[in-house]
Amino acid sequence: MKKALAKMLVVFAAALLIGAPQAAQASDLKGELEIFSWWAGDEGPALDALIDIYKKENPGVKVINATVTGGSGVNAQAVLKTRMLGGEPPDSFQVHAGQELIGTWVKADRMEDLAPLFKEQGWMDVFPEGLIKLIGTDNGIWSVPVTIHRSNVMWYIPANLKKWGVEAPKTWDDFLTIAPKLKSEGVVPLALAQNWTANHLWESVALAAMGADNWDALWSGKLPFDSPEMVKAWELFGKVLQYTNADATSLSWQQATDMVVDGRAAFNIMGDWAAGYMSTTKKLAPGEGYGWVASPGTEGTFMFLADSFGLPKGAPHRANAVAWLKVLGSKEGSDTFNPLKGSISARKDSDLSKYNAYSQSAAKDWKSNRVVGSLAHGVAANDTFKNGFASIMEMFLKTKNPQAASMACAQLAKKAGI
Amino acid sequence: MNQPLRVGNSPGAERPDQSDLHMREASLDKLKAFLTLLPSMILVGVFVYGFIGNTIWTSMTDWGGTGSMSLEPQKNFVGLENYIDLFTGFLGGGFRQDLVNAVYYSVMLLAGAVGLGMFIAILLDQKPKGEDLLRTIFLYPMSLSFIVSGTIWRWLLAPQGGVNVLPKYFGFEPLTFKWLSSQSAILVFNWQDSLRILVYVAAFVLIMVGLFKLKKDAGRAVKRWLIPGIVLGALVWVFGGILPDALFMEEEHGFNLATLGIIMATIWQYSGYTMALYLAGFNGISQDLRDAAMLDGASQVGYYRYVAIPMLKPITISAVIILSHISLKMFDLIFAMTGPDNAATGHPALNMYLTTFRGNEFARGAAIAIVLFLIAAMFIVPYLVGQYRQQGRH
Amino acid sequence: MSARKFTLGSVFLYGTLALLALLFLMPAYMATVTALKLPADISLPTAWEWPSVVNWASFSDALVKLKPDFINSLILTICGTAGSTVLGSLNGYVFSKWKFKGSDVIFTLFLFGMFIPYQVILIPLFQTLRAMNLYGGLPGLILAHIVYGLPITSLIFRNFYSQIPTALIESARLDGAGFFSIYLRIVFPLSIPGFVVTSLWQFTQIWNEFLWGICLTRHTANPITVGLANLAGGQAVTWNLPMAGSILAALPVLAIYIFLGRYFIRGLLAGSVKE
Repeated sequence: MKKALAKMLVVFAAALLIGAPQAAQASDLKGELEIFSWWAGDEGPALDALIDIYKKENPGVKVINATVTGGSGVNAQAVLKTRMLGGEPPDSFQVHAGQELIGTWVKADRMEDLAPLFKEQGWMDVFPEGLIKLIGTDNGIWSVPVTIHRSNVMWYIPANLKKWGVEAPKTWDDFLTIAPKLKSEGVVPLALAQNWTANHLWESVALAAMGADNWDALWSGKLPFDSPEMVKAWELFGKVLQYTNADATSLSWQQATDMVVDGRAAFNIMGDWAAGYMSTTKKLAPGEGYGWVASPGTEGTFMFLADSFGLPKGAPHRANAVAWLKVLGSKEGSDTFNPLKGSISARKDSDLSKYNAYSQSAAKDWKSNRVVGSLAHGVAANDTFKNGFASIMEMFLKTKNPQAASMACAQLAKKAGI
Repeated sequence: MNQPLRVGNSPGAERPDQSDLHMREASLDKLKAFLTLLPSMILVGVFVYGFIGNTIWTSMTDWGGTGSMSLEPQKNFVGLENYIDLFTGFLGGGFRQDLVNAVYYSVMLLAGAVGLGMFIAILLDQKPKGEDLLRTIFLYPMSLSFIVSGTIWRWLLAPQGGVNVLPKYFGFEPLTFKWLSSQSAILVFNWQDSLRILVYVAAFVLIMVGLFKLKKDAGRAVKRWLIPGIVLGALVWVFGGILPDALFMEEEHGFNLATLGIIMATIWQYSGYTMALYLAGFNGISQDLRDAAMLDGASQVGYYRYVAIPMLKPITISAVIILSHISLKMFDLIFAMTGPDNAATGHPALNMYLTTFRGNEFARGAAIAIVLFLIAAMFIVPYLVGQYRQQGRH
Repeated sequence: MSARKFTLGSVFLYGTLALLALLFLMPAYMATVTALKLPADISLPTAWEWPSVVNWASFSDALVKLKPDFINSLILTICGTAGSTVLGSLNGYVFSKWKFKGSDVIFTLFLFGMFIPYQVILIPLFQTLRAMNLYGGLPGLILAHIVYGLPITSLIFRNFYSQIPTALIESARLDGAGFFSIYLRIVFPLSIPGFVVTSLWQFTQIWNEFLWGICLTRHTANPITVGLANLAGGQAVTWNLPMAGSILAALPVLAIYIFLGRYFIRGLLAGSVKE
């Protein structure tokens, strides 16, 4: 009898101990939380998973998942900027970490400094230093990175390369050597899609042409935009463009990837969401089905873009929003969201067992490589520059004039305040 | 007639009282009319003109770039600088191309939609069997939103699929026209010459008016219109170099063939509307008139060409007005078909959206909007002047 | 001779009409076929082919996702159409039958309002609606659509009412009828074709409008155009769903065009034909 009672007590105590942390986590926050993002469609499930974690920890809060998609993110920008100008900020909104956030919102004094939150949650040691430098300013840190994508990746199908007898090029000179051979066999050496993918390609080429140091100097205003290095970058870009497909402007980025998968093209430079596309939709296995390498000339540099959430000043439900940010930056949140989305976590201590082969290799590079910011995805330059750059790219695609493009960039940079 | 009878007055004396009553009633009614209109006037005044004024003001400031999103953004008055920059600034090249695109787009759309609509209306006016079904088939595109039709047409015009692939099913070779991604253009001109071109156009207009008036009054026509026109044209031809270049470097603009896809999609969507207008018009022409024309020996074609269509000039005018204002506001369709950054198919309305909301340049976006508005106004002012003259004549 | 002419002519007539009808139906066919395919089967080179496996789930999935927005759109469009057509009718009545000093100027100013692109006034509109406490829900959006529908509905009704002989109005006035009773007893009963034209036009415009729908409403009040855009969101779009959604979203307007098409033409005849 006593033994049974004792056993019961032990079990009871154990249950209390196990159950207690759970009970302690559930907060008593009430009210609503409005999250503004452009994650819909196939990116929806990842966001839903994060919201589920949040709801478990904050069962009293009603989460409103306000998504605005379409127009390559421009519609979301329109809605968000209209609301912010009108004084109706959402509780938290998705934004590309880096200059897109800083140039638009931080310099206008609309965001709260999150450095205290970072210190409190111990994130200063968990996120790489290069990242924190790029997403913060002298006055603080302004958003919590949720995902990290890499921009400078070159994709190919190993079986096809073997068939054509070429290897993935390590520099652009290598590429320019093998490209004519591929072209003569009726294969497009480099698949390209509509305008923004040209920007995407440009930043890989420019990074290779001028090197990471010059790249950083460019965006901090130390290297002028019409310098010889820039002109050289545009010249190289023009040479590379000769080996892309003529109908590029009518294709979506998936259709360009399809060209590589189908064997109509050899290589494609795209961010690592292409890996997600090839694994999930095309059902190819990373490594055997498709292969990757850092885009030529950029081995050792990780050109990143990060989706992040910030805290606007005047958020209607500030406490709920801060709780949301805590979920985003946590290990659990990060490692739940990123495998579903196909990106990697920004945290250095991410649990790599949850990720596929590509992500694991990317995460390794993330920890060891030099980190630089992407232009096409809002890290390196602010909205004004990015918007004008699209027109400059269109102009270059038509005229192929490197000097004019550099001059235009210089003028644009002056207007954008770089 | 139920009029208040005044006892004791002679019939003759009733009238002044009655007309007094009428006048009072009339002015009371006019007051009621005004009051009925008042809510709409206030709403339109605030929501339309207030906002236009706001936009004009914004376009003359430098609101934009860093710091533009703050709760109290700094806005300094800069006059017409934004406009000058749009037309002659280095970074305004995209806008200028969009403007040229918009001109070609509007002209081709008007010609296409009016022409096709008229043609289909003539066919349907023959009262074929299944007219109801056919009419619905031609009208239904109007019911779709531009985003939907834009997405579908994007698929149809993709070079690797869609329309290009269709011949394969009939045993022919697939087409290879690049549709929306075509980079070729015709009627290319250099923006530097734009001032000269404007003077040429002015000379051309003068000569045309002169030729037209030649029939009425030869002497005056020659003196007032033809001679100045020819002289102006000759001067520009010989001394054109005196006029300043509009831009410091060469910049080519032309009719981009990529816009053909967008024109096709819009014609598809709005021919039904012009068809309905013309069909209504044809139905309105009395049967007697038609029979008379037939009896006079006119063929079917002749009837339409010389009788029906000229009678329906007001329809053509109202169709032109409606279509021109749609083409100048066109945004959703182009956005859905070619995405935000295709220079070959760009349009100022889309440019304005991107400049304001993606580039944070609110003042510049407002300037683009006002330019668009002024161009649209140019279309409607002649119509209104014509309306006024008509009212005056009544 | 004329019998042969007739046959040749009718061959030409029916042949041309059939060809044109096919061309016009091309996009609808493409949309339907894509909506009925499984996501994996959707690719550009095979876009014309009938699906090997018919996927009706696209429609049911789209319906589930779009239902709340659908209801919002119904409320929005019906209220907006009713408001702008009734006001337009009254305005047209005033402009055509009760000219007072300056009414033509006012009418011209109204017309100008038609020419503003919606993106231009987005920011001031937002700020004004917010100041009026109307941001976020359907009432604000309805108000915006009513105001911007006024120019064209007033134009259509003004042209339409100019058809009504002034003598009719005059005799009613002599009978002692005033402003409102003339409207109710004479003008309004004759207005049906005008209402058909304006309602059709406004219904189409309001139902298909996207930009204001997304900027001026909060999540729960989003109209169907926003829902459609979200269906087509994400990185790898499975096109069968947005296509199915588009077809569903177009059905109400399409139904109105099919059933009221004939009256639309009749209304146009009586209205904007003669200026």
